[in-house]
Amino acid sequence: MGWYNKRLAKSIWVFHVSASPCNNCDIEILDLLTPKYDVERFGIKLVGSVRHADVLLLSGIINQKVAPKVKHLYEQAPRPIFVVGVGTCPSGGCCFNDSYNKVPVREEIIPINLYIPGCPPKPEAMIEGIVKLVEVLNG
Amino acid sequence: MNSNTIPVGPFHPLLEEAEYFNLVVDGETVVGIDLDIGWMHRGHEFISEQKTFTQSIYLVERICGICSSSHPIACVHAIEDVDNIEIPLRARYIRTLVGELERIHSHLLWMGLAGHFIGYDTLWMWAWKYREPVLQMFEIISGNRNHYGMMRVGGVAKDVDAEKIAGLLEILDMVEKKMAMLAGAANDDPVIKSRLKGVGVLKHDDAVNFCAVGPTSRASGIPADIRKSEDIDAYSLVDFNVIVMQNGDVYDKLVLRVLETLESIKICRQCLQKLKEVKGPIVNNVKEISPGEGIGRYEAPRGEVFHYVRTDGSNRPIRHKVRAPSYVNIPTYAASCVGIPIADALITTAAVDPCYCCTERSLRVYDNKREPMQIDLLKLSREKTERIRRDIYGR
Repeated sequence: MGWYNKRLAKSIWVFHVSASPCNNCDIEILDLLTPKYDVERFGIKLVGSVRHADVLLLSGIINQKVAPKVKHLYEQAPRPIFVVGVGTCPSGGCCFNDSYNKVPVREEIIPINLYIPGCPPKPEAMIEGIVKLVEVLNG
Repeated sequence: MNSNTIPVGPFHPLLEEAEYFNLVVDGETVVGIDLDIGWMHRGHEFISEQKTFTQSIYLVERICGICSSSHPIACVHAIEDVDNIEIPLRARYIRTLVGELERIHSHLLWMGLAGHFIGYDTLWMWAWKYREPVLQMFEIISGNRNHYGMMRVGGVAKDVDAEKIAGLLEILDMVEKKMAMLAGAANDDPVIKSRLKGVGVLKHDDAVNFCAVGPTSRASGIPADIRKSEDIDAYSLVDFNVIVMQNGDVYDKLVLRVLETLESIKICRQCLQKLKEVKGPIVNNVKEISPGEGIGRYEAPRGEVFHYVRTDGSNRPIRHKVRAPSYVNIPTYAASCVGIPIADALITTAAVDPCYCCTERSLRVYDNKREPMQIDLLKLSREKTERIRRDIYGR
């Protein structure tokens, strides 16, 4: 799928999956679209439906209630699909590791390809993460 | 009546959070609304009871990313209330400064999203553009754009250095000019006016009956503000007005938030001026917390936030209860959304500035399962009636 990935890297369309975050990564993701950072310059666009997405931006620990829906979303997404875990929650669980409502194994719900740590990561860090993804896609 | 149900969510392009609406409609008119929440529940109260007080403050900051100084302020007030701990004057000013800056950024965020919802993306881009300098101020003060980590029991964690104050005042002046421009735009623009005036009216009586708090209640003519009514932080030492509007529609809520932002800028400026003069420590060293219970209240950007803490003399709370403003504001949908067209339902639900992350503090365990899906309340109610009937008639 190398040739396909290269085409994908030209203009990445992202869909935002908020799986019980604290909202902060989410507003920083929206911040990327506003005049200061404006990632639409690079062809990165937030889309309304998972059917149009190339990349899923996942934020938050995944709780028991939202887990089946997240799994469903991942299954609905067109292939190839890449999942980026935004923030400390998808990578390490942040301070919610003692929570009774967290899914035990995150990878069983949705496999994550790239992690952007930080609580929340700065928009610059998110752009850098996406750049790394683009470099990998270009081979 | 011939009614249909429109399901919305939990993942939809509208809000950044996941939530599930059931809109019951008759033709174009909304006749009922049902909300299913719990997609954001992380069990904060339970985790907080395993952590020490200092760790709890770090944790409650992560209840909601937008109110990430209101929850810590209410939490430290609750812990301080157990032992009646006095906090230094300089720390009071810094707390007020951080709390008010947060109000500015939260209201600008809401204005942007409201503009986006009514198809007015220019307002979204502008409001978020002028929100950036406020985040820059946070970065100068605390070192982080969001999640400031400024609160400690007995004071604050970081000082605002004297050499930073001039720069901060400069940014504040710039933000005030831009806010005045946005206020003018909201007043002059005929599209915003005709789109939002008279939409989603929450009447005074309904606001009282639903116990609405914050901007939602103040737009309906209830002058409720914890900053005025309680003696917290430095609010009694600075001069500001509580903005109250009378009509209770979405337009009033927009104008109220714009005017409130201008008041917040006024408070921030007074605090920064005072920080030049007031010297002294920024934190009282608290060794231990005695057994007892305490409450903390603070006026978050969305309304009153309430924390309750019970201690047993150890270094951790044995009970920590959180009540967030959206918890009481969201039920007002039942009064404001019914009887309006579907096209207006969206902006009406968004007008209370709902924060589902704040709201979701509990989980329903049903039949020993964490059964989270939509259990029909009607079904539960009928089952109870059936049980009672069986008890009475024995069949």
